[in-house]
Amino acid sequence: MDTPSDTTTAPPPPRNFELLQKKSSTGDTSSDLLEISMGPQHPSTHGVFRMDLVLDGERVVKLKPVFGYLHRNHEKIGENTTYLGSMPFTDRLDYFCSLTNNWAYALAVEKLAGLQVPERAEYIRVITAELTRLQNHACLGGFLLQDMGAMGTPIMYAFREREKILDLFEALTGARMMCNYMRFGGCRCDLPPGWLEQARQVVDAFPRFLDEFEALLNENEILMSRTQGVGFLPRDLAINASITGPMLRASGVNYDIRKVDKYGLYDRFSFRVPLGAHGDVYDRYMIRVLEMRESLKILQPALRDIPEGPIVDPKAKLRGFRPKPGEAYGRIEAPKGELGFYLISDGSPNPYRYRVRPPSLINLTILEDMCLGHLVGDVVVILGSVDIVLGEVDR
Amino acid sequence: MESLEQIKARAENAIAGARLEVILNGSPSCQHSMLVDEEHALAVARFLRDDPLLRFDYASNVTGVDWPDTVVKKIIKVKQIVDGVERELDQSVEEKKAGHLEAVYHLYSMQLNHGPFVLRLRTADRAERNHLPSLTPVWRGAEFQEREAFDLYGIIFDGHPDLRRILMWDEFKDFPMRKDYLEPDDYEYEPTPHADVLEKAQKHVKEAV
Repeated sequence: MDTPSDTTTAPPPPRNFELLQKKSSTGDTSSDLLEISMGPQHPSTHGVFRMDLVLDGERVVKLKPVFGYLHRNHEKIGENTTYLGSMPFTDRLDYFCSLTNNWAYALAVEKLAGLQVPERAEYIRVITAELTRLQNHACLGGFLLQDMGAMGTPIMYAFREREKILDLFEALTGARMMCNYMRFGGCRCDLPPGWLEQARQVVDAFPRFLDEFEALLNENEILMSRTQGVGFLPRDLAINASITGPMLRASGVNYDIRKVDKYGLYDRFSFRVPLGAHGDVYDRYMIRVLEMRESLKILQPALRDIPEGPIVDPKAKLRGFRPKPGEAYGRIEAPKGELGFYLISDGSPNPYRYRVRPPSLINLTILEDMCLGHLVGDVVVILGSVDIVLGEVDR
Repeated sequence: MESLEQIKARAENAIAGARLEVILNGSPSCQHSMLVDEEHALAVARFLRDDPLLRFDYASNVTGVDWPDTVVKKIIKVKQIVDGVERELDQSVEEKKAGHLEAVYHLYSMQLNHGPFVLRLRTADRAERNHLPSLTPVWRGAEFQEREAFDLYGIIFDGHPDLRRILMWDEFKDFPMRKDYLEPDDYEYEPTPHADVLEKAQKHVKEAV
């Protein structure tokens, strides 16, 4: 019987990953570090997004997000077209919330050109923006639960409500998601007959869905154990890292641009800003549920008090629109955070500089800080609670 | 919020040698901005963040702007003696203005609820001297946005913790948001090992013939 000689060495086993030497401060080298690439086609990344993870066992010791899979240089395209030509393209930024994207862009151009918006158009803007917020937050709750393994049920409940709101958008703008509805100094078209009544029915039925959603999930044991104490974001870090939207308020910072800037007609409605106490994933989930209730408080009086009147500033020109040289930064409280547009005009029909301040991208700044020390399964949940849309992250 | 002149005076008092300049904005938005020299930018940024009357703790928007080299044609009056009589004649003069890259920061205060304060930094030129100090040590929120300005405009932020391309791929050479960027003819072209093989094969075919 042949014995294998000592000189022959077995070929190394095939490796699909790289093993790194563990660099621990305590000198503990009980295990190797494993570098894995999560995404870009992972279902939990909500699009084409990749994270380079370095794991110690199942604990995250390093995380670097990788962007750019959907990059189409939106800003360059915006510089090469007219001001109005960019309006339909803003729909594609955060394709869940096209109406708030429209509003942010219209607001920045109105600041640049000094246009006034008639009262009825402002009411329509508030109503459509709050409806957008409702469907975004409802779906985020569904997606988050799906990331935790609640396959189907919560997301289907949320999408059932979203369908009703999208039907309203379709009746108003002709499109369900790519609405292209706002114009500089107003809106594109008036409300169709019977739309307000239909919207009232949707809004009146919404609390029932919320009650059901909350009864199913708020005290759900799996939800609580997966989210409470996970992905902690301290208050000071949240401010310093420019985190905005529900994520910031879940860390206990009272900053809502609807209250701070009082753009549109938000100073006419009484609503509260829910704040979190712990800054973990559960707070971020609860903030969104509570914000939906506050949105309903804005929608009910808005649908009741909307006046008759013109919907576009008569001074606003559709053709030959050339603002005076100058610059303006306009921002709104989009469902995902502060959505801003920075425009520089040189007096020509195209903007000299067209910049989008994407809340989704900037909210990812502290993804690594929130994930360190957690398990891989928690990374999925933490990323879900940030609420990103890759159309906006990569632009 | 104090006026920009007041902030300028107090900042120049607090930081020795800082050169600040108010840049007026002609649009109805009235968002005037403050140009800061690059040597003192970090100190001015810390002053803006920590001063009890300002407290700009939130850097909302950070971006780059490209101002290419321009040639301005000016018509000036020149006195010349024509046929023994002194006359004023028009003469066109070309004046070259060097371009620069600009980083723009929109700052707000979450504590005092005011803003925006627009901070501008300018590079010396667009080619080699395209360095600016990074303000990420002051506002962490600038991290990804400065990376984006580096990626798309080619502004090099000294002191940035992780200055890599963010949206374009690492091997990409040019800066697509610059005004003089030329689109490649073929986006899909990449040199592959296959190209070498093909070249060799064609050479062999030629030799055989």
